Amino acid sequence: MIAQHFPILQVVLPLLAAPVMVLLRSGRLAWALATAVSWAALGIALSLLAQVADGGVISYAIGSWPPPWGIEYRIDRVNAFVLVLVSLIAAVVIVYSRASVAAEVPEEQHYLFYTMYALCLAGLLGIAATGDGFNLFVFLEISALSTYVLIAMGRDRRALMASYQYLIMGTIGATFIVIGVGLLYLMTGTLNLADMALRLREVDEARPVLAALAFITVGVSLKLALFPLHLWLPNAYAYAPSAVTAFLAATATKVSVYVLLRFYYSVFGESAVFAALPMGRILLVLSLAAMFIASTVAVFQNDIKRMFAYSSVAQIGYITLGVSLDSTTGLTAGIVHLFNHALTKGALFLLLGGIALRLGGVRFDNIGGIARVMPVTSFGIVLGGLSLIGVPGTVGFVSKWYLVLAAFERGAWWLALLIVLSSLLAVIYVWRFVEAAYFREPGDAVAKFKEAPASMLVPAWFMVVGCIYFGLDTGLTVGGASQAAAELLGSGR
Amino acid sequence: MTPEATILLALVVPLAGAGLIAAAHSLPNLREAITLLTAGLLFLLVASLFPEVAAGGRPAVTLFEVMPGLALKFEVEPLGMLFGLVASGLWIVNSLYSIGYMRGNNEAHQTRFYVCFAGALASAVGIAFSGNLLTLFLFYEALTLITYPLVTHHGTPEAVRAGRVYLGLLVGTSIAFLLVAIIWTWHIAGSIDFTAGGILRGKASNAVIGVLLALYVFGIGKAAVMPVHRWLPAAMVAPTPVSALLHAVAVVKAGVFSVLKIVIYVFGVDAIAGVKSVDWLPFISGFTIIAASVVALRSDNLKRRLAYSTVSQLSYVVLAAALLTPLSIVGAALHIATHALGKITLFFAAGAIYTAAHKTEVSQLDGIGRRMPWTMAAFTIGALSLIGIPPAAGFVSKWFIISGALAGGHYLALAVLIASTLFNAAYFLPIVHAAFFRAPDDGRENHERHEHGEAPWPMVVALTVTAAMTVAFFFLADLPLKLGEQLR
Repeated sequence: MIAQHFPILQVVLPLLAAPVMVLLRSGRLAWALATAVSWAALGIALSLLAQVADGGVISYAIGSWPPPWGIEYRIDRVNAFVLVLVSLIAAVVIVYSRASVAAEVPEEQHYLFYTMYALCLAGLLGIAATGDGFNLFVFLEISALSTYVLIAMGRDRRALMASYQYLIMGTIGATFIVIGVGLLYLMTGTLNLADMALRLREVDEARPVLAALAFITVGVSLKLALFPLHLWLPNAYAYAPSAVTAFLAATATKVSVYVLLRFYYSVFGESAVFAALPMGRILLVLSLAAMFIASTVAVFQNDIKRMFAYSSVAQIGYITLGVSLDSTTGLTAGIVHLFNHALTKGALFLLLGGIALRLGGVRFDNIGGIARVMPVTSFGIVLGGLSLIGVPGTVGFVSKWYLVLAAFERGAWWLALLIVLSSLLAVIYVWRFVEAAYFREPGDAVAKFKEAPASMLVPAWFMVVGCIYFGLDTGLTVGGASQAAAELLGSGR
Repeated sequence: MTPEATILLALVVPLAGAGLIAAAHSLPNLREAITLLTAGLLFLLVASLFPEVAAGGRPAVTLFEVMPGLALKFEVEPLGMLFGLVASGLWIVNSLYSIGYMRGNNEAHQTRFYVCFAGALASAVGIAFSGNLLTLFLFYEALTLITYPLVTHHGTPEAVRAGRVYLGLLVGTSIAFLLVAIIWTWHIAGSIDFTAGGILRGKASNAVIGVLLALYVFGIGKAAVMPVHRWLPAAMVAPTPVSALLHAVAVVKAGVFSVLKIVIYVFGVDAIAGVKSVDWLPFISGFTIIAASVVALRSDNLKRRLAYSTVSQLSYVVLAAALLTPLSIVGAALHIATHALGKITLFFAAGAIYTAAHKTEVSQLDGIGRRMPWTMAAFTIGALSLIGIPPAAGFVSKWFIISGALAGGHYLALAVLIASTLFNAAYFLPIVHAAFFRAPDDGRENHERHEHGEAPWPMVVALTVTAAMTVAFFFLADLPLKLGEQLR
């Protein structure tokens, strides 16, 4: 039966599509293939989510080598949720990218773009699906290397520098992770994560395990851009092609958060993470710093893509803050914000891409009066911005509700106040856009523009509508997140 | 039609109206007809719920769960009924007035104006009928956002600056304090439904009750309790119909309505009566009443004077709620209606003066009553109502608030109310006197000298109607009292 091979097909389909695209050497065909595999991946992910919804775990042994000897793909409610998120965003962005890439990337590189896109997707899905420590590292590198290429394809020459920066930081991060995994292999003799978790309980020698925890934490934090390890992110987001920015902002950092959760709760077990080392407190402080400092920096940006990139660093702070609270509600808040923020930032970057298509760069000094000529795009950005602020009726509100509730459950009312105060900084930078777009007179350059093409507006608005729909009906998101949280907390005990 | 369907229709009708108004963009007469029709239909829908609510019924409808255990839910109780009636009823009159004003002043973006207005009314009805704090918060924020384009209507740098103050204060306080208070309440009580007798009773310590009340009072920036009142004078940059219906009725009353509703249905009046940690509220609201009156007295700009008068009068409701006596609660509820009638009349008059005579300052109004007798007569009635002189509406609510203060032995509150009455007289009566008894001072600046009569007729009709309603309320007070008495 084909359905029983879904865990591997999820990853292998985009992985195999990539070399085919290189052979095809046609941008158009490559795009069609990329679209097909992205939507197929979404279908597979949804089917996997449905299969594990009742709490079951799918274990898939590659090549029929039974775990822990062979490589195991292990799907539970946590990574099924992540697989759906990544493939959903990929499926939406690929539709959008046709017009956007045509404008931003030289035509002879189109097929390479879609090749890298498929590789990146395969890498991200692989990280989420695999149950093997070394396999995870391999996919991490596949996604990272393809990302470097994608960023470098940005039409601004600074994209090369941004890509190089990310290459250095990302390599350090991956190296730390592989050192951490190596130390764990040393202590347990296994690379299978589930097996590793079992054997770690019998390990008496604590020091190498703690070192592994430290290496993995720092390495993953680099990848997920936890403050102050976020320095690669703003440039990478600002100079990458629009479609890439949206795809990365919505998926790459989110998958890294998943890796952190997987190691913290499934491998080490929360007792080791939160009892032996003050991980909770460290994460809490860094998250708060991210929320306030990155938001403040965002307020002072001129480039709007950079502004939203800094905003992403701040929003990642909300996710890790939820994790640091180490409770069912806190973890639910973190995981639901993973999804909600992906949707919000995805929508925002896609819409900004529409403006970039017309204007070249999206800066406050050149978008004055843009709402007159691009009303649909501008209004979408306002709605996405409201979600970023956390206005009720949007997904941002749902995340904030659970985060503040988790703070109150901990008795930390001061934390509740800090969470809402930091979200007020978002009001400032979102309203800078509103005032520039709606209240300034359009310059001669702007006045000539038309609205973005429908092939870009429809996917972007699909996400905007998602921001509102999942703000009012949270059955899927909060339901999925709370199940995932329960699964993670359950597996550590 | 079932009451449930009526409630939902009351939310849908203004939204559908907004859509139709936008569609009728190029046909101004049709567009305005849609506005009037929508307003009339909305009022009929809201009013059709009155008999059941007055008889003690509580029609309710639950839409869907937003988050587990947290539903979007509506329930019409007497206070919401009263607020809903006031907002939707005055929208009809205000729409008539808007037509005269917007056309008389050749305002731009009229379609956007009417669309946002309809959206604002939908939000106000949502607040009025909200059955829990989540629903209230949702529509509260929606009201702020949908009125932002109205405040910044002129698009001038001044309007944009005012918009910043407006949005910054209202969104800032609601997210920083109100949202925290709501989540905290949910955490403590396990419920955020409005329930007779309160949901926090016996669940929180007195200290927590005091902090929560502060978070609610200052989180609801629309109630304009000092020091979060600055958005209201800033909002005066908007066209006058906006100031009249939204910043004298719908938006600000949504604020004090929310405070009152939370005191009654979340805290429970008798549950917190006598609790020491809430004793600060009468002082802060009393201070707002007096301080805002002083500012109003010193303002020469007519709309600014009216705005500060509103700040002062809103705190009447907060003070009456804070006295926590049955009579003062009735007075608070009635004051939402009576102040609305009086203040909308005053704003209508101010806008009529601006449209006909292009005058904005109090010191320019000498002798204007001779040219605009209807307008200034209505202004006089509005002023009398705010001062609290019978037979104007303001007397009725003031009577209940003062009775409540006496019954509870709150003599300081009584002193504040008396002082405020004097202040009201001091900043309104000189305008009336100047308008009718001073000679027009036309020689001062010749270019200002031009012949004018009354404003366009829709405006005059509107302000005459609200003035008549202000008087009628005094004689028909037992209808709203039917609702108010249920709150005791």
